[in-house]
Amino acid sequence: MSALLDHLPEFWQGLVVTLQMTAASFAGAAVVGLVIVAMRVGPVPVLRAVATVYVETLQNLPLLVLLVLAVFGLPEIGLKAGLTTTAIVVIALYEGAYIAEALRSGVNAISAGQGEAARALGLTFGQSLRHVVLPQALRTVVQPIGNIFIALTMNTSLAAAVGVVELTAAANRVNLLEAQPIPIFVGAGLAYAAIAACAGFVTGRLERRLAVAR
Amino acid sequence: MIRVRGLNKWFGDHHVLHDVDLDVARGEVVVVIGPSGSGKSTLCRCLNRLEAADSGEVLVDGVPVPAEGRALARLRADVGMVFQNFNLFQHKTVLENVMLAPMKVRGVSRAEAERTAHELLARVGIAEQAGKQPARLSGGQQQRAAIARALAMRPKVMLFDEPTSALDPEMVGEVLDVMTGLAADGMTMVVVTHEMGFARRAADRVVFMDGGRIVETGEPNAFFDSPRTDRARDFLAKVLTH
Repeated sequence: MSALLDHLPEFWQGLVVTLQMTAASFAGAAVVGLVIVAMRVGPVPVLRAVATVYVETLQNLPLLVLLVLAVFGLPEIGLKAGLTTTAIVVIALYEGAYIAEALRSGVNAISAGQGEAARALGLTFGQSLRHVVLPQALRTVVQPIGNIFIALTMNTSLAAAVGVVELTAAANRVNLLEAQPIPIFVGAGLAYAAIAACAGFVTGRLERRLAVAR
Repeated sequence: MIRVRGLNKWFGDHHVLHDVDLDVARGEVVVVIGPSGSGKSTLCRCLNRLEAADSGEVLVDGVPVPAEGRALARLRADVGMVFQNFNLFQHKTVLENVMLAPMKVRGVSRAEAERTAHELLARVGIAEQAGKQPARLSGGQQQRAAIARALAMRPKVMLFDEPTSALDPEMVGEVLDVMTGLAADGMTMVVVTHEMGFARRAADRVVFMDGGRIVETGEPNAFFDSPRTDRARDFLAKVLTH
């Protein structure tokens, strides 16, 4: 236990990095997901194809492979960015594919008549998506998106493998000094669990608040 | 106002519209009747291109209906449509349903959109339902809200695709009353319906469809009292005996 308490500043530093990565990459993933789903349910065949290929590619590759590829591959082609920034961007692009799929299932759950009524009133495709279809689709996928948020939080720990000192890497470093893996990693695990529990609480509240009578 | 020439539409192998020609004059009320599967709803949906025809042309106010994009959206803004299932936006109140398109499409200010919406809701008799979510209203009230929503765009023509078919019998009258009022005010209307009483009372012209073709068209009294084709006589015998 003292192994944990003696190194609270290191843990705290790691936790702050994890929280920053989670917030930034989730925000990025939300934007990516919205853009991809708009392309995928839209009327332009080329954009639909691009979005489909994007989702299929990113969902079918392990995040760790993408992280390693970006961290070691991008400098090769002259793109240099900080480790943490690179990891945030990769996680955002990766999780964006999952958010796009969750949103798409939400769009499919909305009756076709909603979009038809919007277009019959003269709204463009983009306007009907923004004002009519997506607001309703989002309400039906609050829970799956909460799950993606939790998975994303856990996935930030993979950044430890490419040298970002977030919570898992911090715990690992402390363990190298103290050699007490059980209290150290249980402590780190509890911190992740606390983040996930907050997410679950928020999605539950949101779901009730946004419920629409049908 | 509407001019349809040589319209053909297939759903797979099924030929749903067969060389359909139709003219609707300004201020005219045309009621389209016919058995289920005769293509009347598809025809109605082709008029604002919710369904794209495979061949033929549709002109609204002298302009060919554009294939897609902003030009099509602009045309649709002038063509109101009322659906069988109302299709009110479930996440918005009745008032917001009526305000949305004028604000987003016409660029009307919120205050003016709200004032117009209240007027229209009063006109269709549901002023006191303005703040409710659509699902809290009865079917008849929802359909009247949907009519108000379409009217808020000040359309040149209104399309009604079986507006009373999803309603309980006791609510059909309130919707038909609103439609009759609109017709009396001179609105150009195309109404697909099974309500023969409405057709007789409010139509300037009845169009009878069967098997994807317009089989017969005429003044309501002449059509209902002495249909010229066997197919129309047959259909009327079935629907009017009850």
